[in-house]
Formats: sequence, C-alpha cells, structure tokens
Amino acid sequence: MKLLFEKSISGRCASILPKCDVPMAAIDSSLKRGSAPHLPELSEIDLSRHYSELERRAFGVNNGFYPLGSCTMKYNPRINEEIASLPGFTDIHPLQPESTAKGCLEVLALAERYLCEITGMDAMTFQPAAGAHGELAGVMLIKKYHEARGDYKRCKIIVPDSAHGTNPATAVMCGMSVINISSGPDGRVDLEKLRSAVGGDTAGLMLTNPNTLGIFEKDILEITKIVHESGGLVYYDGANLNAVMGVVRPGDMGFDCVHLNLHKTFATPHGGGGPGSGAVACKSFLEPYLPSPIVSKGGKLNYSRPETIGKVKMFYGNFLVILKALTYIMSLGSEGVVESAKLAVLNANYFMSRLSGAYSIINKGLCMHEFVITMGKEAKESHVSALDIAKALIDKGSHPPTIYFPLIVAEAMMVEPTETESKEALDQASDMYIDVYKSAMSNPESVHNAPALAPVCRPDEVGAARSPILKYTGKW
Amino acid sequence: MGNYLPSTKAQQQEMLEAIGLSSLDGLYADIPQSIRLSRPLNIPGGKAELEVLRTMKSLANKNKTFGTIFRGAGAYRHYIPSIVKSVVSKEVFVTAYTPYQAEISQGLLQSIFEYQTMVCELTGMDVSNASVYDGATAAAEAVSMCRSNKRKKALVSATAHPDVIETIKAYCWAAGTDVELIPELGGATDLSALEALVDESVSCVYLQQPNYFGVIEGAENASKIAHEKGAKFIMGINPIAAAILKTPGECNADIAVGEGQPLGLPLSFGGPYLGFMASTNELMRKLPGRIVGEAKDRNGRRAFVLTLQAREQHIRREKAGSNVCSNQALCAMAASVYMSAMGPSGLCGAAGQSMAKAHYLAGGLEKIGHKRKHSGEFFHEFVTVAPYGEEKISQMLQMLEANGILGGLQLNGGVLWCCTEINTKEEMDFLVSLIKQFDEGGVA
Amino acid sequence: MNIKQNLLYSKTHEWVEFLNDTTVRAGLTDFAQDSLGGLVFVNLPAEGDEVVAGESFGDVESVKAVSDVISPVTGTVLAINEGLLDSPEKINEDPYGAWLIEVGQVSGKEGLLSPESYEAFCEGEGH
Repeated sequence: MKLLFEKSISGRCASILPKCDVPMAAIDSSLKRGSAPHLPELSEIDLSRHYSELERRAFGVNNGFYPLGSCTMKYNPRINEEIASLPGFTDIHPLQPESTAKGCLEVLALAERYLCEITGMDAMTFQPAAGAHGELAGVMLIKKYHEARGDYKRCKIIVPDSAHGTNPATAVMCGMSVINISSGPDGRVDLEKLRSAVGGDTAGLMLTNPNTLGIFEKDILEITKIVHESGGLVYYDGANLNAVMGVVRPGDMGFDCVHLNLHKTFATPHGGGGPGSGAVACKSFLEPYLPSPIVSKGGKLNYSRPETIGKVKMFYGNFLVILKALTYIMSLGSEGVVESAKLAVLNANYFMSRLSGAYSIINKGLCMHEFVITMGKEAKESHVSALDIAKALIDKGSHPPTIYFPLIVAEAMMVEPTETESKEALDQASDMYIDVYKSAMSNPESVHNAPALAPVCRPDEVGAARSPILKYTGKW
Repeated sequence: MGNYLPSTKAQQQEMLEAIGLSSLDGLYADIPQSIRLSRPLNIPGGKAELEVLRTMKSLANKNKTFGTIFRGAGAYRHYIPSIVKSVVSKEVFVTAYTPYQAEISQGLLQSIFEYQTMVCELTGMDVSNASVYDGATAAAEAVSMCRSNKRKKALVSATAHPDVIETIKAYCWAAGTDVELIPELGGATDLSALEALVDESVSCVYLQQPNYFGVIEGAENASKIAHEKGAKFIMGINPIAAAILKTPGECNADIAVGEGQPLGLPLSFGGPYLGFMASTNELMRKLPGRIVGEAKDRNGRRAFVLTLQAREQHIRREKAGSNVCSNQALCAMAASVYMSAMGPSGLCGAAGQSMAKAHYLAGGLEKIGHKRKHSGEFFHEFVTVAPYGEEKISQMLQMLEANGILGGLQLNGGVLWCCTEINTKEEMDFLVSLIKQFDEGGVA
Repeated sequence: MNIKQNLLYSKTHEWVEFLNDTTVRAGLTDFAQDSLGGLVFVNLPAEGDEVVAGESFGDVESVKAVSDVISPVTGTVLAINEGLLDSPEKINEDPYGAWLIEVGQVSGKEGLLSPESYEAFCEGEGH
C-alpha cells in the first residue's frame, strides 16, 4: 500500500486554523529555516482512509488470540479508555496550581495505595514510563542506597541467565557490571552459584518471579536472604506479576523494590509499543531516594526531598496510563485481582496440557502464567523451526507466541494466554496449534513459505539491516 | 463483577479437572505457605462499570479545567484536529503490542516509518528512531549516545527546561559521568562561557531551542564552538517552533531531540507525551530504542520491519547502549496524524500564530508595566518582570484563576507566559485588562 | 564445511594466517559464518589497540544475535579490514578472504589448532 507521502498532492490541505487575529511577528531571517518542513499534503478523507487501511494490516487484542509470552496481552477494558478521555483529566496542565488538580493528585495517591498493597511495599513513584524505565529508576535507588551509606565498592548486579535483556542493560546504565548466573537444571536460580557470586561488591540481584520460564522460584526466601546477608538489595522485575497478584507479594518474598508494568498486569493497552507505565514501589528505607516529586499522604506534591535521585522523566509519569490502571483495579477490587491471577495460571496450565501431546514443553509439572515450548529437535531433524510455526499461526488468524526468548531455550516459543481468554477460545486455539504442528511436521515445505494470507511474507531482515532505509526518500 | 473473566465456574472446574487439580489453590503448590498472603487484599471490593464511571467522573470533577491557558513551560495546549483523536482511538492501534511479527503488523510498522520520515523532515536530520518516553528522556539518552571512553562530561545549558536538566543529571550520575551547566546570560546561553568550558573531556553540548524562557538561542554558534573541540552538539527543540526556526540539521547538530507533546497530544497532567530523537547517519547505530526500516519481502513486495535490532537490549544485553524497548508508539502515531492533517502550511500557521500572539501579549503587558525580562528574540513564551514582589504576583495569578484563566508560571520574580494559536485576541485583551485593574487596585 | 589447509585455527572459530613470524591476519571460519547466519554489522577494534588471546576484540551482528569475536592471538592491531564495515556480507561470502584484523608483535602459536584438529573439533561441536 502507498505511504502518506505517495498520496500527497501539492496544494491540498484541510482547513484547521482560523486566520490570525493579531499582526504576524517579524522574525530575523538568520533565525529562519530554509524552507517549510516537507510534510504530506492531504485532505481529511485521505487520512481517514489511510489509517483505516493501516488498521486492517495490524492485529490487536480485539482481533483474536494474542498469547505473546512475557507481554500479558490481556483484554483492555473499554471503560478505562472512556475515563482516560474525560476532559477533566486530559485538559489538566501539569503545572496548574495543586488546588485545581486535586482529582489528578487523588488518582496518583489512590493508585499508589492500591499498588503498594498488592506489592507489599511502602512507597511509589509513577515517573517511569515503561518497564525498562522502571528498572532504571529501581537500580538507581539501589545505587543511591549504597552511596548514602558511603559504600562505594558495590558495583555488581547479579542477573540470572533467564532474565529479560533489559536487566543487564539497565545495570550497565547505572555504572554496574553484570554477573550472569546460569540457571539450575530445574530452570530456577542455582543457590550455590548465587552464594558464590555474592560478596562485598554486590549491589543487588534483579529477579523476576515467576521467572521467564513460567516457573516460581520456590527458594525465594533463601535467595533474598543470601543477597541481603552479603549487603546487597533485591530488585523485583514485575513483568510476571500477573501470575501471583494477591497470592504472594514481592514485599513478603524479601524484595526491596519492584517495578510494575501497568501495561501488562493492570490491563492498560500496549499502543503498538507504548505508552506504558513502569511504576516503581519500594520499602520505606528507600523512599527518600525516590524521584521527585512524590505525592505525600495529604495528596500534595512533595518536592522537598534532599536525598532524591532526581528525576527520570518530566512531571509525574504517564498520568493517563496510571488512571487506566486505577480504573481497572477499582473494577476488579480485592477479590477480582486475586481471581484474575489464578485464572491466568489456570488458563496457561490448561492450554499447556492441551498442547503437550504435540509440542515439547520445557516446564515440568505445573507452570505459572506462561510456559515455554522448544522446537529445538524439530528444527534440527525436520527443519521446522519456531519461526515457521509462528508464521503458520498467522495464517490461522492468531498472533504468534513470543519466539526465541528466553535465550537459554533452543527455538523457544513462550506462550501466555492470560485470564481473559475463555475455555472455548483456548480449546479452539489449541486445536489450531496442534493442527499447525502436525501439518508442518508432515510437510515442512508447507510452513517454510508461511504466511500466505498476510500482506507480506518474511521480509528480508538481513538486507534491511545491511543497507538500512529508515525514511521515505522518494519525491513528493 | 467487572473482572473480565469469561470462563464460568463450571468451565473453571472442567479445566481444573483436565489438568488433574481439584481447586485453584492447587495451582500454586510451588509457593511456600509461609510467604503466601493469608488475608484478602486491603483494597475496596470490585465495582460495576457504572459505579466505576461515577467514581472516576467525580474525581475528574475535582480538577479545574481552564478555558483559557497562558501557561506552557514544557506542556503546551495546541489545537488538536479531530482526525487525530479518531485515528488513535482505533482499537487495533490501541491494543496491539510492539510489532515484532512483521507480517501481522505492517500497519503499525508503516505508521512508524512514516513518523520517522516526518521527524527527519521537521528536524533536518538523517535518521529518526520510533520515539522514546518524552523530551527529557530523549535528551538524557542523547547525552549517553555521545559518551566515549575519552569524553565523558556533558555540558548542558542552564536555560534548558529544569526537568530536562534534572533528568540528564540523574542518568549521568547513574552512569558515573559528569554534567556541568553552561551559565545563562540575559536569558540565553552564555556562549563565551561555553567556549571556556568546552575541552577534550567534553562529550557533548546540550542546548534547548527556544529555551525555557522562550528565547531563541544562537544555536549555530553553539554548535560551532562544540564541534571545534570535537564535542557533539545536541539540540532539544520545540516541534512547533521547528516549523519556522533553523533546523538542527541546518545548525549542524549531531542529534535532535524534543518533547513531541505539542504535536497532537493533550496536556493530560503531564503524560503520556512523546520523546522524539533523530541523528546524523554517523550516529545511527547509537540511537536507542526501536527503528523501523524498509525491506523487500520474499515476493519482492515492499515491507517494513524492526531493524538494526542487534543494537538493542534484548540481543545485546549488558553491551547495549540503552535499555529502552517500549517507546510511545501510539503517541508517535498521534504526532504523524497531526503533522499530516496540518500539512506544511498548517504547521507553519500554528507556529506563526503562536509566535504572533505571544508578541501581541508581550506588547499588551509591556504597556501596563509588565516588561519583558530578556531582550533576545522569542518564540511563543517570554518572561515578564512584575512591578511588584513574589507575594503579589501570586495574588495576581490567583485573581486570574478566579476568572477562569490559567496565567503564566511564576518564576523568580517574574512570570513565564505562553501563547498558542488557540489564544484569541479577545482573551489576551481581557487578560491585560484584568491585570491592569488588579495593579490599579481595582480587583482584589 | 570448508577448512583451509594453510591456516591455523582457534576453538572459538577464528582462523589465523601468519604473514611472517610475528604478524598475522585473523578472521572468522566458514563454520562460524554458517552458524551465525547473514551478518549485518561488524564492530572492529582501532589500529594500535592491544588484543589478548582468549579475549573479545569486537563483535559481529546478525539480525537476531550479537557474537563476540575472540582474539586467537596476543598482540597489537596493525590494521583492520575497513571494507567489512560497509559490506559485512563478505564474511558470509568469503570467510577466508574477509580477514578482520591484522595483528603484529604476536608472540606464539600456543593453543592454535591445526586444520585437522580443528575439523575434528567442529565435528564434535556440530552434532
């Protein structure tokens, strides 16, 4: 399909602004740009149809099954969107007097109270705009904590090899070096390896629990104890909180701080890759270091915080995202939050058991909210890779699972159905998954050219990376 | 209650039986009893949709929405064409994830490619990424891009937005590198001070255009000074002003960043906004976050893919230059639709009108004794010095508030005003008359 | 799999060609390029940098992976193959022609494998 630029017709435009009602201001020509920015010239109907066409070439949670592991693609309730479009929220300037923004401040205070209860933490910042950004703020808190005690030698962050890539990348942004520890045969943290990795230079450990294999780290109390005894802190990567919210809390497992992906666990939509929110909660001893301002108990913005790490973003965070998450928690309530977690785990286990006849599954016994398939054997022996299965699923109208993560599993496919899928949906999807597997194995050629029904098929990523074309360079 | 769980109790039971369990609690056998939460969560019970709507509306009603706004300082109320809201509320765009699977995501990938192209047009730079969180994080990430083993210190103009400065400082503190402020002189960056500060240890110079006080900076000169000593030059720009001011490309900037909120995003109490980032070809591989590229598919059709991914954290892990993965895709789409709906003439119109109105207001305020604090040319913001002290300035702003007007931002003995194309002549005349009356003791 | 007879090899899949007693060229083996897949970018050290046997001196990127390139020898970088920066695909097309670095002041050949030993090593790794 054509690009906006290819649809542009010189001289076409929509009438958006009235004539200026004051004299134009003169500007020194030495300050002016050479020519007006070359933007597309279109009418409203051109735009409307363009984006409707793009819409047909995309896939959202509303379109169908979206079991993208580690991403918690649960249904995004419409009421959240409606509330986030109320002018009483969208038209509020971030710097208007606090007495005129009481509703916004109350939203932040309520969201903090509920999320601290769910995580077992004491204080929170909403400034981080995404999970990785939350990690950055969280590791900054850990760094600041050590520095505030005059302990400058703690420069190492321990990360299990099953961790999200953001964990080691974050540690390095905070001037830390990374110690990767390999997982034990059961996919969990190897306690002996952890013991030998910690020491006087340990700043902390970053951990998801359940981990990226969908396995709960049952020795978590021992893990957090080992790190604490070495003088380090323990960071909870909240990417997988959906499995356990209301069942077990990071604070009760011994974690010192945690980020939440409000866009995963708390049903705010992903927007094709943002905006999200990576709210960070911590125990009270870390509160003085949180980014400024924080919302004080009285619902006021508190800027007077001499030990703060500073700011990680403008203003107070992605407010509308926080608002949607609060709306979701209010809808679910105390019992609904726990039930959602349980059904997420139930759905994952049910789906896993339906697939286990065909696919090789890494998880032994029960999984948490997600499980991992390996196509290692099939790839080697039959030339059917995780990528082939993923592409074949597209033709069946499903979004594929996450593939090639975690890195420690060969030809991994990571499946997270979430709690908002019904039993019928899972039955149907599992039939389809098995069907795809069987036809792929009986005729590998058939999947090598999948998908056949999508607008494009297996773009040349190697060519794209070797000679990058990152903008439209045609004439318009 | 509204918990979005479609499976009935009977279905749950069937599913449990299928996996050999008798109760939901059995799912958590791996979690030691000692750490499980043995009580209900201490949050209110679930609410029906109608109740939630009522509760949230009452919260929204506790906020005051101002019909007239003369405040900017990093968040700007511009007119948002209706088509923008209609496009970005399409359910598919709202609920999709990052477009990892190209075949099923061409719509999103193409929209990001179009966004990247428009950001390049606006900034005059070679390449753009798919966006980052906001203007402040874009600035901080840009500073990180410039760091090398030999050059670690960043010079940041004191005339940049305070939140941007704070964010750069926090990122640099974390990375263990230095930040030094280039002092302000008469509302602009002191370029002779910059000349004295920049040396072989400096990785980059960050300048905001127009600056926090609305003043148009001598960006080309700053760029020259930075480059003479081998430092990179980063320009933080206002994207509306960019329609008429010299582009970062024309100023030989190495990286252009900025807050994209003015491009079709509502104020929303500070977020979500949009950080845009563009650079020269030379720095392409150092850009953080997602980048979309054009490719050919198997059948020779044009396709779009996430590209240069080996820069990123999910592949490079501890060797990645940044941990950014999510961006602000939906906000970037809003910016694309905004720029396309406005077109070149519309965007220049919004810029020209914002500037014209700010100048008209500055003139009106000057006539009643609220003179501009700085002499440099300005875009759509300016600082006035009040003929009285802080306390009375605060009263004056409260008086405006009582009249439904969000006045400028109080700033060290002055006020930082902002106008956009939305502000009418009548509004500005009314504002000036209110202040005049107040100053003469007419209104309390 | 192609293994050249006139070269020495490392267990991390680099080849070494001695230009004289103390100067070598090093690159990635056919086995390495095949398992890495289509390469899209190469990061190489600068002239004058020291490289240490067994330590990484750069990396190569494919679309979905980054791999360290481990130096097979200890010495000083005399030259890098700049052509690869623009055309990394040459490593895939002609791995033994596409040298990455030229290293001088190389002290020894310890730890390097003969073509026969390398072939046996690869067979052990591959299957």
